[in-house]
Amino acid sequence: MIALHAHKTLRSPSGNINLQLELEIGRGEFISLYGPSGSGKTSTLRMLAGLLKPDRGTITVEGYKWFDSDTGHMTPPQDRKIGYVFQDAALFPHLTVKKNLEFALPRHSDPSIIKELTALTHLDPLMDRLPDTLSGGQKQRVALARAVVQQPDILLLDEPLSALDAETRSTLQDHLLALHKKYDLTTILVTHDIGEIHKLSDRVVKLEDGKVVAHGSPISIFSHHQVSGKFQFTGEILRIDKQELIYVVSILINRDIVRVIASEDEVVNLKKGARVVVATKAFNPIIIPL
Amino acid sequence: MNWDPLLLTFKLALVTTLLLLIVAIPLANWLAFGKSRIKPVVETLVSMPLVLPPTVLGFYFLLAFSPNNAFGNWLNEWLGLRLVFSFSGLVLASMIYSLPFMVHPIRSGLAATPPSLRESAYLMGRSKQNTLFKVLLPNIRPSMLSAIVLAFAHTVGEFGVVLMIGGNIPGKTRVASIAIYEEVEIMNYGAANVYSMILFVITFVILLLVYLINGGYLKRFWK
Repeated sequence: MIALHAHKTLRSPSGNINLQLELEIGRGEFISLYGPSGSGKTSTLRMLAGLLKPDRGTITVEGYKWFDSDTGHMTPPQDRKIGYVFQDAALFPHLTVKKNLEFALPRHSDPSIIKELTALTHLDPLMDRLPDTLSGGQKQRVALARAVVQQPDILLLDEPLSALDAETRSTLQDHLLALHKKYDLTTILVTHDIGEIHKLSDRVVKLEDGKVVAHGSPISIFSHHQVSGKFQFTGEILRIDKQELIYVVSILINRDIVRVIASEDEVVNLKKGARVVVATKAFNPIIIPL
Repeated sequence: MNWDPLLLTFKLALVTTLLLLIVAIPLANWLAFGKSRIKPVVETLVSMPLVLPPTVLGFYFLLAFSPNNAFGNWLNEWLGLRLVFSFSGLVLASMIYSLPFMVHPIRSGLAATPPSLRESAYLMGRSKQNTLFKVLLPNIRPSMLSAIVLAFAHTVGEFGVVLMIGGNIPGKTRVASIAIYEEVEIMNYGAANVYSMILFVITFVILLLVYLINGGYLKRFWK
């Protein structure tokens, strides 16, 4: 169990941000941190990792105090058993993929974990390549494997998938979920992608202006209208077209575009780019095997 | 033709560069990442040789290391070190004189590495020192090469400091730049020209190599 009670004032170009984090995370949970830019998501990860020192508060992990502003104690990042995947992957440019993975191996530990992980994440053909010759998706795959080679208790991911195309992203999400389960990790993912949150996480923590404003299951956080629907999806409005008396709203759900008919009253509250829930309850959908 | 001044010049440059490298890496690391309040003062001191006339530096060395003064006397009596008019004195003075040329490129190289490289190494349990030698320095090879070569070339080219503190003792402190000056003084332009031409060509080739390597021109031929 991780208990984070931390205050920190961050100076940023758009003014000061006051982080006041109260957060508890159970062992083995997969948590997504969600919120607008500058809401303190990355800083939360950095405080957990020991890369950023809170001004006040405590960080307790499995009964051990990692940080306590009263005693001034701070466990250095080296002793925290944390795997961290940075947004830029942070692979060591002078080392091959193989050497990068070996670098992360803790002393006196069994090197067979490297073989196991490269098989799981399909890295074997890339082992002798240098990071500069890899694509963005390949880099993040290596970074993910490298973070797990450390055999961490906690895996922190700072938007590792945000710059990737949908297909690569989907593959990496599968890898991530597999690793989370296989190695019994507590995983915290910073992401903007609601689809990703639904697919991966047990719980979402929503941050705004440095504070936790909501937390709960992805469905409970993202469907504001509690429809007792038989099926529902979240998507993004691509366009709204007026046709005679009705409107046709095109909505992107995952990678499919769905057209939904709406009346003028309904369209008033909708605009292009907005996130919406598409649900139905009156009709029973038909399921046809592909 | 007396080759001693040229040999002495390159010996001095080599010894100075090697010793300087040992001093400059921790210093550049501290300047790049340290958070101490006295950092601006140290930065200024490191950069002083860039703007100060070498004779000023040489003059104070001469005063400090002279056996007639307390510090020079102490060095002489306790450590048996005589730094005035000796090769070791030249090395020490050259190290200080060439310090910014070694420290600045390493420091800028280190400061330009993405913070996530250091941080991920720390999270892998690596100490700061291990991270410096295993992750950061191997990734700033061009800066390291520039630093080593600039410090070397700058030491080859020094004159004022050497003249003040080393004098002109054949085989001990008479380096090429001083020999050239002396040959000109006695109107022996031929010898001065040979020394000058050799220095010119060697330093040109060394600097050219650096630019070729750092610009990636040589790699194209290897591939």
